Amino acid sequence: MKMKLTTLALGAALAAGPALADLTFPDLSYRTGAYAAGGIPFSDGYSDYFTLLNERDGGIGGVKTRVIECETAYNTEKGVECYEATKGENPLVYQPLSTGITYQLIPKVSADGIPMHTMGYGRTSAANGDTFKWVFNYPANYWNGASGAINHILDINDDDISGKKIALVYHNSAFGKEPIRTLEELAKKHGFELSLLPVDHPGQEQKSQWLQIRRDRPDYVIMYGWGVMNQVAIQEAANIRFPMENFIGIWWSGAEIDVLPAGDKANGYKALSLTAVGDDFPVYDDLRKYVLETGKAAGNGDQLGTVPYNRGLYAAMLAAEAAKTAQEIHGTPDINAAMMRDGMEALELTEEKMEALGMAGFGPTFSVSCRNHGGPGLVGVTQWDASAKQWNLISEFAPTDMDVIQPLIDADSAAYAAENNLESRCE
Amino acid sequence: MFYREAGDFHTTYTSDSQTFPIKFDRYRYYVVLAFAFLVVPFIINDYWANAIMLPFLIYAIAAIGLNILTGYCGQVSLGTGGFMAVGAYACYKLMTAFPEVSMFVHVLLAGGVTALVGVLFGLPSLRIKGFYLAVATLAAQFFLLWLFNKVPWFYNYSASGQINAPERTVFGFEVTGPNAAASTTYLFCLVFCVISALVARNLTRGTVGRSWMAIRDMDIAAEIIGVNPLRAKLSAFAVSSFFVGVSGALFFSIYLGAVEVGEAFSIQKSFLVLFMVIIGGLGSIFGSFAGAAFLVLLPVALKVLGVDLLGWPTDIVAHFQLVIVGALIIFFLIVEPHGLAQLWRLAKEKLRLWPFPH
Repeated sequence: MKMKLTTLALGAALAAGPALADLTFPDLSYRTGAYAAGGIPFSDGYSDYFTLLNERDGGIGGVKTRVIECETAYNTEKGVECYEATKGENPLVYQPLSTGITYQLIPKVSADGIPMHTMGYGRTSAANGDTFKWVFNYPANYWNGASGAINHILDINDDDISGKKIALVYHNSAFGKEPIRTLEELAKKHGFELSLLPVDHPGQEQKSQWLQIRRDRPDYVIMYGWGVMNQVAIQEAANIRFPMENFIGIWWSGAEIDVLPAGDKANGYKALSLTAVGDDFPVYDDLRKYVLETGKAAGNGDQLGTVPYNRGLYAAMLAAEAAKTAQEIHGTPDINAAMMRDGMEALELTEEKMEALGMAGFGPTFSVSCRNHGGPGLVGVTQWDASAKQWNLISEFAPTDMDVIQPLIDADSAAYAAENNLESRCE
Repeated sequence: MFYREAGDFHTTYTSDSQTFPIKFDRYRYYVVLAFAFLVVPFIINDYWANAIMLPFLIYAIAAIGLNILTGYCGQVSLGTGGFMAVGAYACYKLMTAFPEVSMFVHVLLAGGVTALVGVLFGLPSLRIKGFYLAVATLAAQFFLLWLFNKVPWFYNYSASGQINAPERTVFGFEVTGPNAAASTTYLFCLVFCVISALVARNLTRGTVGRSWMAIRDMDIAAEIIGVNPLRAKLSAFAVSSFFVGVSGALFFSIYLGAVEVGEAFSIQKSFLVLFMVIIGGLGSIFGSFAGAAFLVLLPVALKVLGVDLLGWPTDIVAHFQLVIVGALIIFFLIVEPHGLAQLWRLAKEKLRLWPFPH
């Protein structure tokens, strides 16, 4: 009886004790609408990684993690609602997975002091950490992407593409318009001819754009698409028999679901990549053991190993590593948003760290600094093998043309700084 | 018990023709206004302002605007999104060109610019009617969006094609930008909303409003009794576009702060506002508020109920939201084709007779 009482008392004390608050990671996801095809796997990967950390390691530094999901449907108004609804819960970092919502949130997170990580999307000039204190877009941005695509075309053509015609098929939004300036600069530098073909939201209607491609016969087509637009574009390209190996998508236009509807005709389609492809990593063994088999997987649990799932996993890993770094810097496991920002700014990703996480070679190694919030900007190229139904990485993660990109970043961030009266804050 | 005319004697024409002839109604209206102006600003937080009150007030202004055109003057318009975009871009150009001028002036001027554009696109209404006019206004919608996407001057040559609201003040208080307090943005929109409702209400009771309604009910008869269709239709387009432009300006500058024309002001926005007007009640100012509340608040309420209280997965709730809102729209249209305003009217009639209905 006595023992029972003690255990009861102990249990009560444990339950009532000053438990550390969870580390909260809001997930502004979209599982509905025209962009759900990319939104679902990304969000699954994002929350599965945090579930894995909770189940396997007991959280980060002994503190459990918590993911609050909020549905945005890729819509800016709902994105704002989600932000306002979650910002009171001590969120550590926002990842909206939408360039439109990113533009909404940049002033808000800067005023509220919550970091935002836009991995491979968002406002490119946020790479300049001197101006954008609270916004990070490592490891690569849209302008790296544009330059990476051109570099790949240069590689194929022995570094001479003067006189070639390159068409950009883009989502007619802030996302799709991002690379235009870079491509225009690169066109001047390398002497190719650039034509622009905007596709309006949601991108199901692309007949006229592909008719124009059929008429103009560009040598290469670069695509900045997302959601249902990707599938339609690849199908249309197949319909006009555009050579798939000359069709290169940004990293958001290269998922399994984008190419599968076109079947064998999509064979050879290329897409840029920030991360490695496939599920041949030790971390997947843990994911299956601790998350999938225990029934704790987000969504249907059928997205493991797909390109957007890997990307969500990678985004979550970067956030978790930044949280660990923040815990080390501040010497407390119980970090807040401001500490998280310090952690993100001091983030260093080495081979050993990736190895220890079971993700060796999953992404590039890099370090973030006060001035550079954009990472190294290394871009790889993947190609779709329709018979094996898988993406293959066909190049190294190669550096991009920072001689062109850096002045553009400096100019755009200087304009933002002037608009908002920001002083330089880095040494 | 309280809701009757008995004992409330009107001795002047003014008091007899007032908006709220019943004392209880009148006091309720004053209490609501006092609550909105004197209590809400002190208790409102960021979430309530940015997720609920601002969209409600702004959509209410847009719905009032469209109600004037469609509900009172009978001209169907699918160009609301485009006209809101005109208001937003006019406000943006004015804000960036004249930073020192008060936001009140900018929003009003943005409404004025939209009124001019509205008159321009209203000209075809003199020759075409009904569905054909709807198609003509649809053309306005697509043309305006294309224009704001195509011409970089409208977005000050920014790389992303987006427009961002810089920080601007009213009487020294910030109303735009991330540092604006919830209460200031709320009050700013509330003032516009209340003034819009008052102006619209009084316009529709006067000569102008009667000529609109005459045109709506039968344009040939109206012309025969001396209503000038040119003046009536174009004034309806002008006044309607003014309100829609004001709402677009507020939508961009106060509520969202950054806008992408293709996403924020797409054809969906035109339909949304049209649905607000239809569900709320054509030809009713109260209906504009009811419709805006129905379509803005209900999805948020369902989300809070499903995700935060019941803990359901977000995608299930998002799908349910579509199903429930859609089903309710059908339900209301079958049960009461004249909208929520008619339900309200009937409730009032019943209240007057209660407890002895005949």
